[in-house]
Amino acid sequence: MNTPQASLIERHVGFVQALRQAGLPVSPAEGLDAATALTVIDLARRETLREMYAATLVKRPAHRPGFDTLFDLWFPPVISPGDGGTTGGGANPDADDPGRGELPELRDRLADLLMGDPGDPAIQRFARAMVGRFGRLEAAAGRQSWFSYPVLRTLSPETLVARMLTAMLAERGGLPEKIARRRITRNIEIFQEAVASDVRRRIAEESGIEKIAKSSVRPPIDQVDFLRVTKAELARLRREVHPLARRLATRLTIRHKRGHRGRLDFRRTVRSSLSTGGVPLTTHLRPPRPHRPELVVLCDASDSVATFSHFTLLLTFALREQFTKVRAFAFVDTVDEITKLFAPGADVLDAIGRMAEEADIVRFGRTDYGHVFQRFAERHADAIGPRTSLLILGDARSNYRPPALDALKRLAGRARHAYWLNPEPHAQWDTGDSLATAYGAVVPMHECRNVAQLAAFVETLA
Amino acid sequence: MWFASPDEVRERLAAVDYLADDGITTSVFLAGALGKPLLAEGPAGVGKTQLAKAVAQAAGARLIRLQCYEGLDEARALYEWNYKKQLLRIQADDDAWEDIFSEEFLLERPLLKAIRSDEPTVLLIDETDKADVEVEGLLLEILSDYQITIPELGTITAARRPYVVLTSNATRELSEALKRRCLYLHLGYPTPERERDIVLAQVPGLAESIAEQLARTVAMLRGLELKKSPSIAETIDWAHTLLALGRTELDEALIGQTLGVVLKHNSDQLRAAKELGLPARS
Repeated sequence: MNTPQASLIERHVGFVQALRQAGLPVSPAEGLDAATALTVIDLARRETLREMYAATLVKRPAHRPGFDTLFDLWFPPVISPGDGGTTGGGANPDADDPGRGELPELRDRLADLLMGDPGDPAIQRFARAMVGRFGRLEAAAGRQSWFSYPVLRTLSPETLVARMLTAMLAERGGLPEKIARRRITRNIEIFQEAVASDVRRRIAEESGIEKIAKSSVRPPIDQVDFLRVTKAELARLRREVHPLARRLATRLTIRHKRGHRGRLDFRRTVRSSLSTGGVPLTTHLRPPRPHRPELVVLCDASDSVATFSHFTLLLTFALREQFTKVRAFAFVDTVDEITKLFAPGADVLDAIGRMAEEADIVRFGRTDYGHVFQRFAERHADAIGPRTSLLILGDARSNYRPPALDALKRLAGRARHAYWLNPEPHAQWDTGDSLATAYGAVVPMHECRNVAQLAAFVETLA
Repeated sequence: MWFASPDEVRERLAAVDYLADDGITTSVFLAGALGKPLLAEGPAGVGKTQLAKAVAQAAGARLIRLQCYEGLDEARALYEWNYKKQLLRIQADDDAWEDIFSEEFLLERPLLKAIRSDEPTVLLIDETDKADVEVEGLLLEILSDYQITIPELGTITAARRPYVVLTSNATRELSEALKRRCLYLHLGYPTPERERDIVLAQVPGLAESIAEQLARTVAMLRGLELKKSPSIAETIDWAHTLLALGRTELDEALIGQTLGVVLKHNSDQLRAAKELGLPARS
């Protein structure tokens, strides 16, 4: 075996290994497929190589962002020449030094790029040159490292927006401005990502790929912890609600149809037996009657679990077709019905905003489960009947107030099923003011920290 | 060999009016070169089925299509014995018990037809996610070894490996076993630049400026949190609408009037009107 081939295989194996460490389920067979594919593609073309790995190894869209980050680390677009600041090695001398010049000149060049086509490789080249020039900082005494923020602070693309809008539009305002703004914002994001990616590449060159790989890959969206979700991830999560609801709904209906076969449809069976000379070769069954539970959701709306309860409520209402009746109640230290806010066709973001303003759920502003259960039993007990599934969403942290276990016991006793979903990791239950075990003894409590766990639970429910 | 390189895929697909990006060309090329099925997954209306048709047309192959639905079974996907003919045969001749399981009584269904075909064939298994989980098990033998076992006849191996494309809307997660055997292509919404080119290719006669505005507006709509984002197919419908109306400029009023072509939920329309600052509809 000659050396270049050996080093290619080594890199391939290392890359597959890194993907597995980042949580992508890459089977040995898939790794072999990718290795076979290496022999039929043009290795000099990086985008073909990237798509080849994506086609053979990445089988879920949620894994793609992490894959791209790792690919950029393992197959970098350029390699820094020695310890020089600027990037070299291109064939075209003009494109070679986009990093020369004074700051105002650089900002002009950036503005030009940001108004152009986002697929233009010049953006990537410019980002690399800028990281080379401004990205190096003292990390600790005597140790230098690479960072994104000095680059973005120096160039500050956001402050160029007004200028670019004037250049792009004949007159400001209206829809054209919104569209232009969106285009610029997207290009700025691409530039920022290019800078971040080049910073990671330079760090990897200096201190090894493995070190940076671990910290730079976010978990896929369905594994993100509800309580640690970032703002951008929250928006993506909300966008996941409808696809997820649709996926769950199909699976639930399929299961229903499978669950218990219907009764014999005598008329259809006899009718179809006529074509086989009166022999009933195939029997036809009536479709079974669908079982549709009523659902009452009781959800903690306090800030500590806000992302979790919002997402869960959205999902519940997106799944409305699966339940004959859904009623939702929110609480902090007192409880109020919020069903009407989530009427069909209502805007979900509005609904969440209005929940905080209109619903009467806060007395003193500190979560009090005991009071909530008593109050619910007094006022809304009629919501729960023998066909109802009761679903409680919350972290069971009651600020050391009395738990009112009896009230909860009565509520749970009246319902057909009762479940409690807790967004905290199991290890943290019963620490501090958590009453997880006490409540868990009355209502079975499930850990529900991410979309994957939530989806698994909904399937057991209906 | 189906295609010689990803670049050739791009050219030949472009010749049949299918504009492909790097991801599409690479996976279409690999599926041919490695002889593996291609699983195309993505939201409705982004051109998954169209991709299979375009591949068939570009390669000059016959397209065999298996449309999946709930309740699809072996008898409608693979093969079936022609019971009526068999019954008649037995009634006519009491000694015929031996011959009724032969070629003569076999009804070919799409999968068997694709396997036995001598000419180049593209097998399209459409909306795989709509079929029951058992059907996936049925597909495994075909997709990995290109053969079908019929208990009465034995194993039939492909004379010529078909080019297999599976599509899925991801209404459910396909099984790991199936995904492992396939190359995976996620088809998402295109960039505004690519969508503009697609619209121009599909709607001849549309001015380039209006296609550009259209693509950017649709990209904007997709950025909102809508129940159902507009698909490429709907963008093309929109372009046809504008062409039929004979308008050359896409302004707020016109968007407001024709929004129903791309957004089909009332709440989505209200939201879009609010976010884009469209005039309220009367």
